[in-house]
Amino acid sequence: MDGQKLKPDKKPLIKIIIKQRYLILMVLPFIIWAVIFKYLPLWGWLMAFQDYKPRAGMGMLDYPFVGLKHFITLFKDPMFYNVMRNTLGMSFMQLFIGFPLPIIFAIMLNEVKNIRYKKFIQTSTYLPHFVSWVIVAGIFTTILSGDGIVNELLLFFNIIKEPVSFFSMPKWFWAICTSAEVWKELGWNSIIFLAAITSIDPTLYEAAKVDGASRLQSIRHITLPGISNTILVILVLEIGWMISIGFEKQYLMGNSLVQDYAKVLDLYVLDYGIKLGRYSFGTAIGIFKSVVSIILLYSANKIAKRWKGQAVI
Amino acid sequence: MLFRKGHRRKIRLKTRIMDGLIMLILLLIVIVTIYPFLNVLAISLNDANDTIKGGIHIFPRVFTLRNYKEVFKDPILITAFINSVIRTVLGAGFGIISTMMVAYVLSRRDFFARKFIANLFAITMYISGGMIPEFLLIKQLGMINSFSVYIVPGILGIYYIYIVRSFIDGLPSALQEAACIDGANDIQIFTRVILPLCKPVMATIGLYYAVSHWNSWFDTYLFNSGESSLTTLQYELMKVLNNSNTAAAGHMLKMKQNAQNVHAISPQSMRMAITIVATVPILVVYPFVQKYFVKGMTLGAVKD
Repeated sequence: MDGQKLKPDKKPLIKIIIKQRYLILMVLPFIIWAVIFKYLPLWGWLMAFQDYKPRAGMGMLDYPFVGLKHFITLFKDPMFYNVMRNTLGMSFMQLFIGFPLPIIFAIMLNEVKNIRYKKFIQTSTYLPHFVSWVIVAGIFTTILSGDGIVNELLLFFNIIKEPVSFFSMPKWFWAICTSAEVWKELGWNSIIFLAAITSIDPTLYEAAKVDGASRLQSIRHITLPGISNTILVILVLEIGWMISIGFEKQYLMGNSLVQDYAKVLDLYVLDYGIKLGRYSFGTAIGIFKSVVSIILLYSANKIAKRWKGQAVI
Repeated sequence: MLFRKGHRRKIRLKTRIMDGLIMLILLLIVIVTIYPFLNVLAISLNDANDTIKGGIHIFPRVFTLRNYKEVFKDPILITAFINSVIRTVLGAGFGIISTMMVAYVLSRRDFFARKFIANLFAITMYISGGMIPEFLLIKQLGMINSFSVYIVPGILGIYYIYIVRSFIDGLPSALQEAACIDGANDIQIFTRVILPLCKPVMATIGLYYAVSHWNSWFDTYLFNSGESSLTTLQYELMKVLNNSNTAAAGHMLKMKQNAQNVHAISPQSMRMAITIVATVPILVVYPFVQKYFVKGMTLGAVKD
């Protein structure tokens, strides 16, 4: 279906351009912007197949072509597997814990009848979403420090005898990052589920109540199925983004002691690609990341399609 | 469907208990969310030497404004603050204008290149050049150590284009048609009909842009760390945080703190004060604009 020419009589292109010249004017600068800042870097993927060491007078195509050499180096680097383990490990942890919690929170919030309380809870819990990771990292560093509130409570309840230095224990790092992510985004992520819940037909609940359903049964048989589409969409997107867990919190909360567990893919690129100037290698990692991301998104979408009978994206 | 009176009372009690439990859990979540902010505030208002003794919760023990005085005396922090403000205002302003223009053009069903351009932008959300190519591009454009690197590369948030387009699609088309009949050209339709009606969504995305700019630190780190006059507030905060982290990793925090006893200020107190300064603008604006943010989220969801 050709949605571009709506008039049955085909106007010559040049006439259309003149007629819509203002629209073109409005959007043209940004097309140029997109080409420069979004599409031009894609040319940079070429670097991954070359030995790119920037020298004056060399054009993009002048550098020696080395095929898959950098990718092979990548897959041979033991650090790479460590990094992938960290990235996927943290992503899985974040998914298992961070995905259901906003849904549960939204369901609980929906049970609150008093509008004032509800608004108060929402306003408070949305707040961490708006502060930067720098601030959140600082907060967690303070909270989990030797004389922070967490240690204080643990000591108070005699769970531990001495303050725990959380940030010097590598195995705790994933849990810390997941907690930080949940703390920051729980409220915000629940918005979309709350909106989905409110769009469920209230007569369903009334009917269930008349039939003697308990609150829990209502939730299980009405609420959850009612928002199952939303849950699926968000889940598919989250899986697609798994390899792009980012690096901000790992960088900000990490230190030299926990690097074994803290280094994620983007930090790997930062260290090797930019800091060491190994541009070709760093680009290869970037390409790998994009490819995996697309595969993940596509697969998750396919699975969802098979399960629910309709594609998500 | 007749229940015995006792049974009804039992159900009512059970509901009440569940309600109470739910409220309790939710309240606990609120406390866990808010406490850290109060804690940071308290430490920032507390005398540095006293803070070392520990035990500060949500009230300062030895009140002082000394930490803030030190922050506002520091020329780098002042520069950082000013840069952050300028960047936020400019970034949000340009962001709104550009997003509105693109979204309007894309909302016009009769625009000849509509599908093509919509796809052009959509693809960029899924495929990205990666950190290295984008870094080198900025370098080759000569934007290293410049203020424009804060504004230009990120001038448009692609996702927001779709939020605005959804909104425009929801406006009655009769208005545009009427203006067209009255002889308005596309630009006039845009400025006189669309823009005034789009005030809510402009507020929403304006705030999204503003928050994004205010919270940015990585671009400062990557591109402008060589030029201290271009520093931003979050970046400075990050540097202070990094110092604390390095110290903590080496179990040297206690030692450092003892050494700091000689001075009236400590890195931690400074960090708390800077954190509050970096958070306050958001807190001040937040209650008024919260509804716009939430609307933006649900608008985006409707599009999905």
